[in-house]
Amino acid sequence: MVDNKQSWKAWLYLSPAIVLLLVFTAWPIVNTVLMSLLEGYNNLGAVGGQTFNFGIGNFTYVLQYKYFLQCLANTCLLCVITVPISTILALLIAVCLNAIKPLQRLLQTIFFLPYVTNSIAIGMVFAAMFTMIPGAMPGVYDSVGIINNVLGVFGIDPINWANTGSGYWENIAVVSVYIVWNALPFKILVLLGGLQGINKQYYDAAKVDGTSRTRTFLRITVPLLSPMLAYVVITSFIGGFKEYSSIVGIFGADMGPSGNPRVLNTMVGFIYDALATEAQGRASAAALILFGIIFIVTLINLYVSKKKTHY
Amino acid sequence: MSEKMINAEVASETEVKADSALTAMEQKDMQQVNAKDKVMKIVVQVLLYLFLGVMALIVLFPFYFMLISSLKTMDEYSLSVPTLFPEFIDWNNYVEVFQNEDLQLGRLFGNTMYVGIVSTLLSLVITVLSAFAFARLEFKGKNVLFAAMLGTMMIPGELFTITNYITVSQLGWKNTYTVLIVPFLVSVFYIYLLRQNFMQIPNELYLAAKVDGTSDLKYLWKVMIPLALPSLISITILKMMGAWNSYMWPNLVANDAAHRLITNGLRNAFTDAAGFTDIPVQMAAVALVSLPLFLVFVFLRKYIMKGVSRSGIKG
Repeated sequence: MVDNKQSWKAWLYLSPAIVLLLVFTAWPIVNTVLMSLLEGYNNLGAVGGQTFNFGIGNFTYVLQYKYFLQCLANTCLLCVITVPISTILALLIAVCLNAIKPLQRLLQTIFFLPYVTNSIAIGMVFAAMFTMIPGAMPGVYDSVGIINNVLGVFGIDPINWANTGSGYWENIAVVSVYIVWNALPFKILVLLGGLQGINKQYYDAAKVDGTSRTRTFLRITVPLLSPMLAYVVITSFIGGFKEYSSIVGIFGADMGPSGNPRVLNTMVGFIYDALATEAQGRASAAALILFGIIFIVTLINLYVSKKKTHY
Repeated sequence: MSEKMINAEVASETEVKADSALTAMEQKDMQQVNAKDKVMKIVVQVLLYLFLGVMALIVLFPFYFMLISSLKTMDEYSLSVPTLFPEFIDWNNYVEVFQNEDLQLGRLFGNTMYVGIVSTLLSLVITVLSAFAFARLEFKGKNVLFAAMLGTMMIPGELFTITNYITVSQLGWKNTYTVLIVPFLVSVFYIYLLRQNFMQIPNELYLAAKVDGTSDLKYLWKVMIPLALPSLISITILKMMGAWNSYMWPNLVANDAAHRLITNGLRNAFTDAAGFTDIPVQMAAVALVSLPLFLVFVFLRKYIMKGVSRSGIKG
């Protein structure tokens, strides 16, 4: 079947994609591995004729660097907090949406709305909601921010979420709320799609047998939905390890409240910082470590879901 | 519905078994169970709507907050007891956004639209040609090449950024439109999406067209593109949204006034040297930036949701 004319044409059609992929995808992979293995590599020096030793110095440097470990801890913490919360919440909402008839489409549209937003722009809205407006005197605030106002209704004293002098866990809470809000639409969309694909006969059979609602949910809905759940969890872990722009949205490029910059920086943020200071060797090592983590977490997820997933 | 039917069936069965010996007591019991079921069902429905309603309000609240804040004066915004609706609707915030010389909103909009449109058009051409080659043509190494391309999807983009930053600097592309367009023209995911779509079109159509002497490009244009239009629309929207929302790469390589994109301009404006932020004006700017996305969503929701559920990637 393979005739020469066809293969000549195929390569012609593919040529723009292949050229661009070679320059902007394939070469970077090779070059990143190379740079990461040249100790202390920086491009300015390389252009100026400096030579670098071959070795794993960049990796050991990065892994012993306190600031990198802080970024790694922030990233993992945000993942561990937001992935379960957003997944369970999305599952609840999807199951409820699937159980109603009137208004279903309207509510579905509302829940999808946060997806179609600019994450930096809406991050600024969240920042405003959590920020207190300082008054004329230090320590006194004109407005404590809408979130504190709402909490005040329940008798909770105003909390300094994101202003100068705010604590680490308060900052993490703000970012987590925003990440969960941002992550819901995609998950609800996928999970609802999965729920609507489940054959109604299973539920009818359960009803005839007099199975309780909880049992039906745990024994029918969750197993039949497990491929979708696995997909959602894997993609959100991958997204979580690449977290960056939601923090820029809330705290700006400083990645922390004023007076405490960089305290919330993430893996991706670390890579960009290293790039900005022309430390490409370290940036490459960090990027490869990030890739390694994502790869391993994905493998674990796949392994677990293979055991637990019913196809 | 089905529950009622089952109940009716059970009722009739009992009737047959017990013949006419069914006592009045038993009948009353059964009615009670039925009524209880109905009440339970209504309670569950009410709870469902309550939960969904509360969640929907939480999801919508940031948008509401953004809109009312953008219409308040800074004085009203700073009140210790917030107003749920502006006492005095102040459109000045919007005027200020347009007149802000540091921001130059018009320029940002223009740059972003230009980059978005050019990169979408070029990207569509490249994607269609590649997907066609993978879906319809036979050549050596096709499967290996396709697998290798799919493999790159696993790698986080930051890994490419480091080298690409060096490459574009050496090419002298920094602070140009080219640097915002060219490096991201090829998306393996879009090629994959379209290839799947193309493969659903029966090969006989292609062979028939060949017999008639139709050229490949004409066949693509007349048959395959119209049939794959929904996918192409999804790709277009996601690509445009990507340009509208991109932040990191533009911030790195083209953050000068002439080429700055909307998101980069937005994040750094409205805070003066002393750290004071005019939040109402900021919210007005955020609302203006969100408006086009909202309009796209209202009119093209179907295509966005279809594309998104298959990709899992934002933008």
